[in-house]
This record gives sequence, C-alpha cells and structure tokens, in this order.
Amino acid sequence: MAEASPQLQDIQDKLGAKVLSASQPQGDQVVVLDRAGLRESFRLLKEDPELGFNLLSDITAVDYWQKQEPRFEVVYQLVSLQQRRRLRVRVSVPEGDAVVDSLTPLWRGANFLEREVWDLYGIRFSDHPDLRRILLYDEFTGHPLRKDYPVNLCQPRVPERHVDGTFVDERSRNKLLRLQKTLAKKN
Amino acid sequence: MKADTPELPHEIMDLQMGPSHPATHGTIKFNLKLEGEKVLDCDVELGFLHRGFDKSCEQATWTQVIPYTDRLNYASSLINNVGYALAVEKLIGAETPPRCQYIRVIISELARLFDHLTCCGMSASELGAITVGFYMIEARELITRIIENLTGARLTVTYVRIGGLKHDLPENFAEGVTAAFTTIRKLLDDCDRLLSRNRIFLDRMANVGVISKESALDHSLTGPILRATGVDYDVRKAFPYLVYDKLDFAIPVGSRGDNYDRFLCRLGEIQESMKIVEQALRQLPVGPVWIDDRRFVLPEKEKVYGTIEGLMHHFKIIMEGIQVPAGETYSAVEGGNGELGFYIVSDGGGKPYRLRVRPPCFIAMGAFAEMIKGYMVADIVPTFGMINMIGGECDR
Repeated sequence: MAEASPQLQDIQDKLGAKVLSASQPQGDQVVVLDRAGLRESFRLLKEDPELGFNLLSDITAVDYWQKQEPRFEVVYQLVSLQQRRRLRVRVSVPEGDAVVDSLTPLWRGANFLEREVWDLYGIRFSDHPDLRRILLYDEFTGHPLRKDYPVNLCQPRVPERHVDGTFVDERSRNKLLRLQKTLAKKN
Repeated sequence: MKADTPELPHEIMDLQMGPSHPATHGTIKFNLKLEGEKVLDCDVELGFLHRGFDKSCEQATWTQVIPYTDRLNYASSLINNVGYALAVEKLIGAETPPRCQYIRVIISELARLFDHLTCCGMSASELGAITVGFYMIEARELITRIIENLTGARLTVTYVRIGGLKHDLPENFAEGVTAAFTTIRKLLDDCDRLLSRNRIFLDRMANVGVISKESALDHSLTGPILRATGVDYDVRKAFPYLVYDKLDFAIPVGSRGDNYDRFLCRLGEIQESMKIVEQALRQLPVGPVWIDDRRFVLPEKEKVYGTIEGLMHHFKIIMEGIQVPAGETYSAVEGGNGELGFYIVSDGGGKPYRLRVRPPCFIAMGAFAEMIKGYMVADIVPTFGMINMIGGECDR
C-alpha cells in the first residue's frame, strides 16, 4: 500500500489500490500508478469534479536500462486549472511487453505526444488511432532515445519515395540514380 | 442549386504543401485533402529539423546543455535558458539571489517581445501587410540590440547559468531599454493604425482557424492560442516563478479563439511585457547575481590563475560538470508560445540522465488539423503564422 502523503491523500482516496506510491520530491506531487486500467485512472483524475486535472501537459518516457526493472517509465504531466495544481504520474513499463493504454480517447492532444514516445522509445499505445513515427522517417530502424542505441550510429540514406500522382522531374530522378550508384559502390 | 445547373465535377485532390514553401516559414509539410479549395483533411508531417536534442543533452554536462537550449525556440532563446536553469536549480534546491531573479524576469520579457514581434510581423507581411512586417522587424531589431549589448549575441545568447548569470547588466542598460521602448510604442501605434481596422487583414484573420475552448484544452494547447479562446491559463500567474508574483501585469484573453484574437492576445502581451520590464527595472535590487555555493559556481579568474585550489576547482567544474543530486523534477515557464516545461532526471552525475522539453509549438501543430478543417487553402498561411511554429523547438 502506498505511503501516506497529506497533499496527495485525496488522489489516493479516489484511486485506491491503483496508486502504487505517492511522493513529493522538491514540492512536486508525484504518483506512481498501476499500468492495468490506466485509462480509467486517468478518466477519474480528469472527470472527478474535485480533482479536475483537465489539461494533459506532457507525455514522455525514461529508459532506465540496466538500472532498474521494469526498464521503462512513462511520465505524464497533468494540470488542474481549477485547483491550480500540477500532478506528475509515472507508470512502469517492462521491456518485454512495452504497451500502455493510449489516452487519445480522453485527450486528443495525446495523439502527437504518444506518437513521439513510440518513435523515440518504442513503447506502444493500445487503441491509438494512428501510431506512426513522427519526428523520424518510416524507414528508420530502432528507437534512438533508448539507452542501448549508440549515439553515433549512422543509418543509410533512403531512396526517394514514390507518391501516387506526383510529378517527378526527370533530372532529379537521374541525379538520384547516380547517387544510389555511388552509394552502392561505396558499400 | 437549381436543378438545371450542371453538376460541377469534383474529386478529392491530394496536395502536398511543403516541406519548403514560401508561406510556411519553417520546414514542415502538410498533406492536404482538398475539395476545390476547401481543406477536408490535413496530415502534418514534421521532424525535418530533428537533430536529437534529447540524446545530445545526455552526452553533455549540465552546463553544456545551455547552448543547446538556445537553439530550441531561437526567437526566445533567453526564456529557454531561464527555464532550463530553473529546472536544474529546482533539483539542486538552490534559490538565486533577488537581483538575479529580477534580471531573469527582464530578459524573459525581452525574449517574449522578440518572439511576439517576429510572429505578428511575419504573419502580417505574409498577408500582404509588408509595411507592418517592416515596422515590427524594426521594433524587434531594437530588442535585438539590447540583447546584443547584454549578452554579446543576437540569437544564440547562452546568457543564463545554473545558479546565476554569465554577468551582471551592462552600464546604461535601463536607459537603453527606456529609449527602445519609446520607439517601439510609436511603431506599434503605427501598426495598430495600419491593421486594426484594415478590411483585408480582418477578412483574412477574423473567424479563421477557430478552435473552441473545450477543444483547445482537449488538444493540450497553452499560450496565446489557449488564451485566445478565453482560458486565462498563464504559467506566470497560475504557478508563479521568479518574482512574477511581485509584479503587476494583466493576461490578455480573447473570446472567439480565431486568428484575430490570437493576434490581439500577442499584441496585448507585448504591451504587458514592456510594463513588466519597466517595473522590474524600477524594483531591481542591488546585490550579487550568483548563488553562494561553490559547488556550482566557477571561481574568479584571479583565483584560477593565482592559486592551485582555484585551478583545481575550475578544472573539476569544467571537466566533470556540476554534480546534480539524483532525482527527477519538472519545471515550467511561460515561453513565447505557451508552457515551456523541462522534465529532467539526474542519476547524480555530471550529465543529465534524461532531459525532456515540453515543446509548446509541437503540441500546437497537433491541433492544426482541427483548426484548419473546413477552411480554404489560403487560410493555412495566417493560421500557421499565428501558431508561430519554430522548427528548432518543434522538431528538436
């Protein structure tokens, strides 16, 4: 059961056993929530009239590779405009089953943020409507913010994608073919 | 439609706008689905300026990250510096002296002026009001000169340090600011006369890119876009940091959530920012600008070159970096485009274990499709302009 923390007592009362722990480092309010039934926990945080955390400020992740188990932690920043209060929610995610409930049904703003976490960390969000890479390109392999991704790793240039119905200049196509030939020679 | 009018042929057209388009000042691509000129759907493709900010920060010491933060939103690099320094100081548990806090408020507001003048001026000139564009760039140039006089650089300033500032304000700083503000106010009056009742400008801006209050909150929007819908959420008032609670200023709020309200919010904030700077300069206390903690502050040059202890001290801070205690924290400031948050995790070493920036314009681009659906292709230009997407921050 979670340790007592006076200012977080209301959240612990409402969420019950879903709160794995609660703490206040540097005056921030932090709760660690259970991964099971995460969306329902967030729905309660958002829609409860007394809590009212209606603004999802940020979603990100941290990779504690070889430091702690489970390996990943997804971190949410919530703001309650009516209470003028911030809350940080952390959820542990194991490497073998890196899936978290998507919050897009609750906040549409979660769409881009979750796509970014998927892109850079490879954590999937179940029921996300459009889980594609966002900052990187589709041909990219791996997830660069993982601690085991080497910082100086180079990935090959990708050939031009053909999009139906687009006009391609003959000269630029030839230029591209030359580029591909030189790359093939180098390899 | 009359029965005998022939049905016009219409099919849905795919149009790719960008990544390099003269009307989108930034590298971004819109994959549009059009019916005639009407936008049915818009898929925003970004990441063209992605350079691995987070990963780079994990390789650098805590102090070396400061120049990286300059390159996030380069229109308000001073705010990024301040936001990052505040986050690290929160984890350290250090509070900077009052003079440092006042100077940080002053530079934040100067950066906000810079940001809003760029955004408003560029958006106006994209709609044909080139004169306004030039007037605002002239006003911005005055701010740039103040910043240059203060930091030695115009854009990538690297002025704030963890636990203090690079140096104190130069002589005659206050006089320079007062003189610049007089000219800026005159220029803004001229812009007001040129734009506020300008039919063409109003037609392009008013009731375009509308987003409701509920939808804005749903999309996690902050900053002028959220305030234009009528929500008075400003980090400076909601969660006061530095000395903002000692200063008197208002938060301009709109009501319709369209581009014109966003424009007016930004113009209002320009006026408020100038008021804040003037108040802060009047209240500016005398004293040191650095915290009194030798674990984080570089020794004076005479000590470095004159004593072995000073040399070792300097060497340790430069080579190993300052040692930030293990832990995690989130600290947010009001950036030019909204809540600029820094989430940092330290493992107790000289380098950040994880550094995350909450980028306001990345999140605003997530709501762009919602804003532009049902409007014309030409409306993309003012809507995108008022989001003020800065590639450096959006793509990191």
